[in-house]
Amino acid sequence: MKAFAQLIDALDSTNKTTQKVDLLADYFRTTSRTDALWAVALLSHRRPSRPVTTTLLRQWAAEVAGLSTWLFEEAYHIVGDLAETIALLVPNTQSHSQESLAETIATLIALKNKEEPEKKAYILARWQQLSSTERFVFNKILTGGFRIGISQKLMTRALGQALELDENTLAHRLMGQWSPENTRFEDLLITPKAADQLSRPYPFYLAYAVEDDFFDKQSVTEYHIEHKWDGMRGQLIVREGQLFLWSRGEELITNKFPEFAPFAQQLPSGTVLDGEILPYPKGVIGNFNDLQKRIGRKTVGAKLLRDIPTRFMIYDLLEWEGKDYRNEPLWKRQQQLAHLFERYSEQELPWEHSNVLQFDHWDAVATERNRAPEMRSEGLMLKKRDSIYAVGRKKGAWWKWKSDPKTIDAVLTYAMRGHGRRTNLYTDYTFGLWDEGQLVTFAKAYSGLTDKEIREVDRFVKQNTLARFGPVREVTPQLVFEIAFEGIAASSRHKSGVAVRFPRILRWRHDKKIEGANSLSDLKELLP
Amino acid sequence: MPLLEFTSRGIYCAAADVYLDPWKKVVKALITHGHSDHARWGHQQYITHHDNVPIIQHRLGKIVVAGKAYGECFKVNGVTFSFHPAGHVPGSSQIRVEHRGEVWVFTGDYKLENDGISTPFEPVPCHTFITECTFGLPVFDWQNPTLVHQQINQWWAANKAAGVTSLLMGYSLGKIQRLLKHLDPCIGNIFTHGAPEKMTQVLRAQIDFPDTRLITRETNKKEIQGNMVLAPPAVMGSAWAKKLGTISTGYASGWMAFRGARRRRAVDKAFVLSDHADWKGLLQAIEATACENVITTHGYTDIFAQYLREKGWNARTEKTQYEAETPETSLTE
Repeated sequence: MKAFAQLIDALDSTNKTTQKVDLLADYFRTTSRTDALWAVALLSHRRPSRPVTTTLLRQWAAEVAGLSTWLFEEAYHIVGDLAETIALLVPNTQSHSQESLAETIATLIALKNKEEPEKKAYILARWQQLSSTERFVFNKILTGGFRIGISQKLMTRALGQALELDENTLAHRLMGQWSPENTRFEDLLITPKAADQLSRPYPFYLAYAVEDDFFDKQSVTEYHIEHKWDGMRGQLIVREGQLFLWSRGEELITNKFPEFAPFAQQLPSGTVLDGEILPYPKGVIGNFNDLQKRIGRKTVGAKLLRDIPTRFMIYDLLEWEGKDYRNEPLWKRQQQLAHLFERYSEQELPWEHSNVLQFDHWDAVATERNRAPEMRSEGLMLKKRDSIYAVGRKKGAWWKWKSDPKTIDAVLTYAMRGHGRRTNLYTDYTFGLWDEGQLVTFAKAYSGLTDKEIREVDRFVKQNTLARFGPVREVTPQLVFEIAFEGIAASSRHKSGVAVRFPRILRWRHDKKIEGANSLSDLKELLP
Repeated sequence: MPLLEFTSRGIYCAAADVYLDPWKKVVKALITHGHSDHARWGHQQYITHHDNVPIIQHRLGKIVVAGKAYGECFKVNGVTFSFHPAGHVPGSSQIRVEHRGEVWVFTGDYKLENDGISTPFEPVPCHTFITECTFGLPVFDWQNPTLVHQQINQWWAANKAAGVTSLLMGYSLGKIQRLLKHLDPCIGNIFTHGAPEKMTQVLRAQIDFPDTRLITRETNKKEIQGNMVLAPPAVMGSAWAKKLGTISTGYASGWMAFRGARRRRAVDKAFVLSDHADWKGLLQAIEATACENVITTHGYTDIFAQYLREKGWNARTEKTQYEAETPETSLTE
């Protein structure tokens, strides 16, 4: 535990990526394999399940610190991170603990089934035995969400250095739903067993948004153009008669889509497809909200399956007859994919083939992009004909060219303090639109302002607070912002009656007074 | 009428017709210390501690100023005033105001630890205590500053061994001199940026500091390599800092207790070192005055006052224009 906390401290003490990689690699080289595996798991957001609720943790921490609940909560709102708040408030003592990272986590896992007094006794004892940084790390493991500014990519690079293994190979081995509870460092990373490979997905290849000078630099004939489908990215694997469907967040979601079961019987073993899960209510592509209804359910009932069936819109082939195709050029993979469709066309599988388009001029591509609403896509994907299927987000071969977002001018009505790097600043905003003389909340947005603008809004919020509700402040309606969003759909769950997708701040409308902001009916006119 | 009132110009004593750290131009101003949110420009007459006189003369130019010793009582229109050590920065004071048996103390800014350059804080018994509470939250619990200075010297020595220059940033009045005082000159040479160098020169008349060398256009990059550079926070990422070659950046402030603030500041090494009292310090100071009433001015005022009320004090908050609320807007941290 001590070594891992020291690592986190050292990582926090530098801003240089190379140094971070070196520190991590050093840790992986010197620590025990069991600790290293847990470190890899934590840094790739795999955590043991929570043995106690955060409500209890807050109560206990306030108690140990000798603070009233309200004061603890105020401190938490200002610090912005529960693990850190507790680390700061629990008094330091001189005792030490030699328990390793793996031992600590093993105890936490065992704790889950214990009675509350036993849980409390253990956690309080640990708080007092640990140094401030150790306590922070311990609390981070306890509260989940180990986000500390180290990307999985960086961690994988360091692991590659430490083990002298290729980074992409490692990235692949790290995919899927493994846990240190059911595998060993050697089995996962060094000599993986074939049986464990059965369900393992390949790392997804991700595109960059096109840059301003893209169209001047790139030749249209080198590109395959496709519509960018607005569903849920998925990887469909058929191996030895079994089907595995993975989300981009590396969650196994096979059970959520029972209509895909026929793939297991129809497709040959060793087939891996990359595509988009799309809802098809009434036989045509629906919107994202339809899909959300499917994802949100624990079990998918017959009615829901009937109302919102889904299909897999396929755009790439990663494995065929057990052979890894990722290093073949795109045109070849797509050729193979076309064969696949031809060969199994009579099976009536719930799949679609994402059409590959080719153009002579970027102007024609732009015209195609304007067809996005009619095609029910989000815009276009531009993929180099000869591109391999790379690992993660790599610049250069795959680009997304989204449709222009819809925008509306809204008034800032509430603000909340942010977390992590934005701790102690009001960075999470709620926006309202006019409706019969009232401002009705329509969206929350966190991103889009510069650091300087954030500081200005922060000052405004502090000086123009009308009311406080815990961490939230209601502010005098005075600031107008242009809010951009991608999709829009009617929704009974929202007070405004409308749900927007990916709302973010496009710009601060210094030039507008609140009277000039848009109304809810303006927004509803944008409904498809 | 209360002995001290909070007006649009500043903290006002009507009986004496003087202001304490006013933020608008007034005739007669009593000044606690030299930071720009407390010692502002444009008053007709300044009264402050002797040691603060050269500081505010340096910052404000030609002013009419009278210096007083700690504990020296003087009367203005029958009201008795005196300055008492606040331990915040060199020359910083609390101001005691007494009239018809009633005593008020205004702290300005203060800390309880002896920083080695300021006269240490002394509690002054009073009925009403007007206190800052920049760090008035229980999450602020300062480490022994000796340990922090050790960490700084270790960081410098490690950088020196790696041939990397240490750029240590802090506020030009107070923080930089406190850092300088505790640097170990055996490790290497200490260079300075213009703003803190000037202030340090002013303070050399009162305090013994290790030698410093001002970085000028003629200074060779090679001479600086591996040594220590003291500069204000504004140099972070500037062209000036780029000219220093390979550097490791450090920043000393109480706000560095927050991980989020550390990450926003984006320095390599953050040192938690403050010239303000932490939570326990504030409470200790209040208890030592044996006061009945507390007025909180800048910082986490509402939360701190609510806590004091819970503990039995008659506490309230007054709005001032002393800056404190966030690590971003603060001038003195």
